Amino acid sequence: MELTELHQIAEHERAQQKPVRIRCCAAAGCVSSGSLAVKQAFDRAIAEQGLSDRVQACSVGCLRLCCAGPLVQMDPSLELYEEVTPEQVPSLVASLLPAAAPPLSAPGASPGIPSAKRGDPQAPFFTRQMPIVLENSGIIEPERIESYIAAGGYRALHHAIREMSPAQVVECITRSGLRGRGGGGYPTGVKWSLVAKMPGQRKFIVCNADEGDPGAFMDRSVLESDPHRVLEGMAIAACAVGATQGYIYVRGEYPLAIHRLEVAIKQAKKLGLLGAGIFDSPLNFRIDLRIGAGAFVCGEETALIESIEGRRGMPQVRPPYPAEKGLWDCPTLINNVETFANIAPIINKGAEWFAGIGTAKSKGTKVFALAGKIRHTGLVEVPMGMTLNAIVEELGGGAPNGGTIKAVQTGGPSGGCIPASLLDTPVDYESLQALGSIMGSGGMIVMDQTTNMVEVAKFFMEFCMDESCGKCIPCRAGTVQMYRLLSRIVAGDASPAEVKQLEMLCDMVKHTSLCGLGQSAPNPVLSTLRYFRPEYDRALKNGRIALPLR
Amino acid sequence: MPVKTLTIDGQLITSPRDQTVLDAARGHGIKIPTLCHLDGVSEVGACRLCLVEIAGSNKLVPSCLTQVAEGMNVTTNSPRLQDYRKMIVELLFAERNHVCSVCVANGHCELQELAVAVGMDHVRFEYQFPQLPVDVSHDQFGLDHNRCVMCTRCVRVCDEIEGAHTWDVSGRGHNARVITDLNQPWGDAESCTSCGKCVQACPTGALFRQGATVAEMQKDKEKLGSLMQAREKKQWVV
Repeated sequence: MELTELHQIAEHERAQQKPVRIRCCAAAGCVSSGSLAVKQAFDRAIAEQGLSDRVQACSVGCLRLCCAGPLVQMDPSLELYEEVTPEQVPSLVASLLPAAAPPLSAPGASPGIPSAKRGDPQAPFFTRQMPIVLENSGIIEPERIESYIAAGGYRALHHAIREMSPAQVVECITRSGLRGRGGGGYPTGVKWSLVAKMPGQRKFIVCNADEGDPGAFMDRSVLESDPHRVLEGMAIAACAVGATQGYIYVRGEYPLAIHRLEVAIKQAKKLGLLGAGIFDSPLNFRIDLRIGAGAFVCGEETALIESIEGRRGMPQVRPPYPAEKGLWDCPTLINNVETFANIAPIINKGAEWFAGIGTAKSKGTKVFALAGKIRHTGLVEVPMGMTLNAIVEELGGGAPNGGTIKAVQTGGPSGGCIPASLLDTPVDYESLQALGSIMGSGGMIVMDQTTNMVEVAKFFMEFCMDESCGKCIPCRAGTVQMYRLLSRIVAGDASPAEVKQLEMLCDMVKHTSLCGLGQSAPNPVLSTLRYFRPEYDRALKNGRIALPLR
Repeated sequence: MPVKTLTIDGQLITSPRDQTVLDAARGHGIKIPTLCHLDGVSEVGACRLCLVEIAGSNKLVPSCLTQVAEGMNVTTNSPRLQDYRKMIVELLFAERNHVCSVCVANGHCELQELAVAVGMDHVRFEYQFPQLPVDVSHDQFGLDHNRCVMCTRCVRVCDEIEGAHTWDVSGRGHNARVITDLNQPWGDAESCTSCGKCVQACPTGALFRQGATVAEMQKDKEKLGSLMQAREKKQWVV
């Protein structure tokens, strides 16, 4: 494979494209609301109305406004249609015909079928986003590598292999200021240089796609919408640190993402973009999938390594860190899906471009999955430093049915609840941590005035209790006791002394647990105690927990 | 021999550089409570009882897995650590059915000794009283899940010393259990060599030799020690 061949593929692909493309969302959210049938209906209608020479329907990745699926967007007009049904399709296709000469055969809007609901692509939900990770999402066809190459794909890999030294690649990522998107926020460049500096011929790249936070679906969407972007990021990392084998650890609950990754790996291998001698260079890099079996704790990097090695997924004490001793005791670079998805644009557009986006310490953009009591459920990618308020009120459209937002939960079971009064906080790693929450992988659950915060804490504690691996005592036995205390508080049976005991346990579990899961398990309790103490007090005073004011 | 100089609880100590903080402390008579630690098998850092404070770091570290370093200043017994240890031991007592009065290991039990050492006078947490089985299908030994603390010493000793890997862990969180082979009754576990090392390694009465009654089981700690010496130093003691 040479650069010219890459250009040929891109040109050929562009030449094949019809003037009008109907993009049908084929990510898991829309598929579950029936988008595959819509796509088939488009194919049929286009053929029936004799438009095959000018119009094509394609299955694209996530169009982001997941609550309004199945979504369809016209290209180039960018008209957006929501909740499209197969019955509405013939009239939608007919509307593409020149109005002057509607062919007689075209079945127009049949009576009884409401015309498709128009979405507003100019809504703040779309216009205030800044797509970098999701720039191809909803535009390219994830199951066709040609589509990715036509959008400029694999150029960065070529550049990194042919025009840059491994040290320059690491240096470029370091200068960009990119930080790990899995939640910790560790500087990616530093991690890469640690692995690059380690001696030894055998090194590994691992992509952590074991996204398990309740309400989080960013990584799934990236994998389903633009799998090649992740592969390219991993291959660039392999070139930078000198690895020859990569693994994508993807959770078993994501069958569509697994399928698209399998297809993508196969296609990339066929074109010589993965495997031996990538771009006719000495770089060999293969990627294999490892499917998680449903344990949340396997998202913790040391447990993930154990799981890939075929052992029980239990966290190990760090140090040694995986960068030093990871898979089979070899230096291992573990990054999250979104981190790898950021790599190609940084190589293409330069570290300075990336460092120019975001805040002083948090660069670039972050993808959030908006869920809960919010009008626009879906995916948003915003520059770091945007306030939480802007995300939930302007992009998210606020609470539905005239409700008011009470709190926003970020970071899943490891994060905390941020009250409405503090939503003016800009989104970056440090600010969220100062509020007792974390950036996390990007789940954002919005709660309105009807939400009982003690029950929220109980929900997350139950999650942590069920997902504890059972290795260390504070997490295994502590979460059981904390869950019991929270249940008693919710039921109105608890005494003030038991709330004290809960606080004591939170402190102990936070500071003595072995891995991040245990250390952060008390966070939802601590943050609700910090900001919603009156709800706990009311539960104690009234015996039965009082419903919050409506 | 290259050594490191460090301070543990205000005491200036020199220790071989490849030692852990736990070994260094014990070598100088400083007691740090442990449960999952067993001389001669790998460390897992699971019980969190040996956590210590190191000056300059706000994280507590397991002394069994932390190497000594030059100039390190370690505190092993601050009021905060004492508090945490007491809570951890209480959590263990509340987790399963540790009834010393009917236990074979009464009086010779590491969990019992720990409770005394951390000054536990009562358990502040609600007892879970789980319904747990006892497996006496093996002809010589028995397994009582009620008394198991999931230290996994049996798992490691069987895998690393005996080389049989009969034991492992199934389930997760509070549902985790030690199992033999593929979760079969111990008596049906074909990989078991009946060597009894797991029984010697068990800190409580969870693994026991059949025929012993209350407080009758005493573990021969020397036995594992001499095995370890034979393996590691090639010195056989008779």
